[in-house]
Amino acid sequence: MFTTLATGIKPESLDQVAPFLYLIFAGITVFSAWMIVISQNIVRMAMYLLFTLGGVAGLYFLMNAEFLAAIQLIVYAGGTLILIVFGVMLTSKNPFMRLHTYLWERFVAVGLGALLAMLTTIALVNTPIKQSASDQMVNHDIHTIGSTLLGPFLVPFEVAAVLLLVVMIGAAFMARSRA
Amino acid sequence: MTTLALFEPGLYHLVGVSIALLAAGVAVILTKRNAVGILMGVELILNAAGINFVAFNNYVWDNAMDGQMFTLFIIVLAAAEAAVALAIFLNFYNNFDTINVDQADELQG
Repeated sequence: MFTTLATGIKPESLDQVAPFLYLIFAGITVFSAWMIVISQNIVRMAMYLLFTLGGVAGLYFLMNAEFLAAIQLIVYAGGTLILIVFGVMLTSKNPFMRLHTYLWERFVAVGLGALLAMLTTIALVNTPIKQSASDQMVNHDIHTIGSTLLGPFLVPFEVAAVLLLVVMIGAAFMARSRA
Repeated sequence: MTTLALFEPGLYHLVGVSIALLAAGVAVILTKRNAVGILMGVELILNAAGINFVAFNNYVWDNAMDGQMFTLFIIVLAAAEAAVALAIFLNFYNNFDTINVDQADELQG
């Protein structure tokens, strides 16, 4: 499961702890995600979302995607979540307000979520997946990421840059104060 | 070295986490009245998709890194989407003095 960045060989001691790390990160992720469903307080939901994003970053670490894990922590947990907390702050008269949901609505929502999960599981089980043997695995280091981003993914990279500029101007225009 | 590990985390373990996140995101979108809460549900679903991309990249197609690149772009698009959505919510809040999405019914036919 693990390969080190520099050597590409599998250290056995890391493979030993991988299941425990998986259990910890997956537990944090799933528990916090469902606590968002249960919680009624928007500030607590933002806090649980932070734990979910952190747990997902840990899972990225376990899947040899160290760069993505760092980006997840910096951009998602550090940027997007702060943006969401700002949104909570600016759009509520008191931060502890509760918006009521009926009980039957919750049952319908959780039922639909469970149905979707069941369908996805059925599709997953019925799909033959040929797992690779990891003998020609690319080194997922920062050098490969950079040359992939500026090689085959150059056009999406530039489009993303233009998109971010458009979003920045558009969001500033829409959220401006009309004094 | 004696094996201490009970199991090796594989593709299906990670996809299981992704499925749980997807179901939680759908439930959040359907239950929350607060527009910012709905945005959080969207973020959960995007994270589920990202886990799927990285997991399949790591266990099925590990002689390339397309999956990691897709997840990178998902993260960028999620940040952009959150910024635009919050600008819209701020406008909505300034005009209607509430963030409850049930009140946003002026355009309903």
